[in-house]
Amino acid sequence: MEVKCHRVASGAGSGPALVTDQAISFLGNVNPETGFVVDPAHDLFGQSIAGKVLIFPGGKGSTVGSYVIYQLKKKGLAPAAMINLRSEPIVAVGAIISGIPLVDGVPEEILRTKNGTLVEVDADHEMVRVSEKID
Amino acid sequence: MYLSREEEGIYQGEKGETLRRMMEILVALGDIYGAERLVPVRSVQVAGVSYKNIGEAGLEWISDLKGQVAVPSILNPAGMDLCRWKEMGITEQFALKQQETIEAYRKLGVTIDCTCTPYQIYDLASRGDHLAWSESSAVSYANSVIGARTNREGGPSALASALVGKTALYGYHLDEFRRPTFLVEVDADLQGSDYGALGFLVGRIVKDGIPFFRLRGAPTGDELKALGASMAASGSVALYYVEDVTPAPPAWQAEERISIGRKEIDEVYAANSGEDADAVALGCPHCSSEELEKIAGLLKGRTVEKTLWVCTAKKIAEAHPDLVRTIEESGARVFCDTCMVVSPATERFAKMMVNSGKALAYLPGLGKVKAGLGTMEECINVSLGRR
Repeated sequence: MEVKCHRVASGAGSGPALVTDQAISFLGNVNPETGFVVDPAHDLFGQSIAGKVLIFPGGKGSTVGSYVIYQLKKKGLAPAAMINLRSEPIVAVGAIISGIPLVDGVPEEILRTKNGTLVEVDADHEMVRVSEKID
Repeated sequence: MYLSREEEGIYQGEKGETLRRMMEILVALGDIYGAERLVPVRSVQVAGVSYKNIGEAGLEWISDLKGQVAVPSILNPAGMDLCRWKEMGITEQFALKQQETIEAYRKLGVTIDCTCTPYQIYDLASRGDHLAWSESSAVSYANSVIGARTNREGGPSALASALVGKTALYGYHLDEFRRPTFLVEVDADLQGSDYGALGFLVGRIVKDGIPFFRLRGAPTGDELKALGASMAASGSVALYYVEDVTPAPPAWQAEERISIGRKEIDEVYAANSGEDADAVALGCPHCSSEELEKIAGLLKGRTVEKTLWVCTAKKIAEAHPDLVRTIEESGARVFCDTCMVVSPATERFAKMMVNSGKALAYLPGLGKVKAGLGTMEECINVSLGRR
């Protein structure tokens, strides 16, 4: 399945989907040293975001979150790409300074993608490909 | 968002990778906030300076950038006095990282003045100018008192504006988003720290709204500075008006009215007594020349019994060596480039007395330090061990 989207941060990346319908505060929710979600209250608690295509509605919390994304990238623990319903400045800036492809403006159904499904994000051509049908 | 041919070229990477990413930041923010285009900025004030806030990741990011700022750009306060950090009790390890951060900014052509009051030391903004400033009290002062136009920029977006020389045209850059949303009527005679207390109250109520104040008297520049700073801390007010004092707003109608009297102001002091503080700090936002003079007058020939910090911009301190000497002869310290809110040195105190609504709002959350509020005179009396 192909979905049109809006480019926020350029580039292309693919990987297994990791999906949540909760917003993510990179400062606090994610450990920058390990790439694991460490907030027990979060849906993705205990999961690694490294190498995944992280699909979530958008970011929240402190602007320091942008630097956390950069730190993850430097350590090789960043997502391969990210998809938002609507990006906000913290994740947008974090993705751009880190060189992680980020798109938004996708239909809400994208949040029903199963974890592990192969997803390709081509931000430059504003296209997302999901290898399985979303039901 | 519309981009000129030159802007589009930068966006496509014609002028290198750093500028491409900087342009990408501006475009992403413009898209998020619905900007039609970019607009040139006159000056930039960059946040993300204190190593305590940005950490190793932030430092790495700034160090990796290549290029030179396109417009005059200065810095937010750092985590320490860049020269006298030892006297503040800052560790060598932190000092090294903080110096590295400063050097990374210097390499990009940023002027190394670390202050929340750039308008007190340089001519960087006039009425109607578009700016990309970061520090919340400086943003409030620029928008409200100077009548310039700036959003509250984060570290990366401010640096993007510095290197590109532009910002996305949205929010406080547009008349439409500069209309007051609250009418605040104050039925009390106010002075000095009363404005910090007033801002502390109003910021909590209006949050990110735009208050229009009807006051009995006309506040001074320093009082406006204190009012804006505390509303930006207890709420996230980036623009306010004072009737017949600040530049007037575009046509508006109040959505809500707020009335505040002496009783409410006094309650802020009563609920936040500072007499049991183990340290006192003045200069949030950074002291002006007039404030330094007043503090020197109160301390002249006396000796403090408690730690007393006076925070200001280096340029202000350098312009008044006599006042600095008088203050320091009392045992107090004049620290530059930093303040009690951003320095980790604050954390060793249990309770700090301040004359600032902003510091009152921030200290308990940031440094886990209790805070008390008093007038400048009361603060100095506490530092002198008088009751």
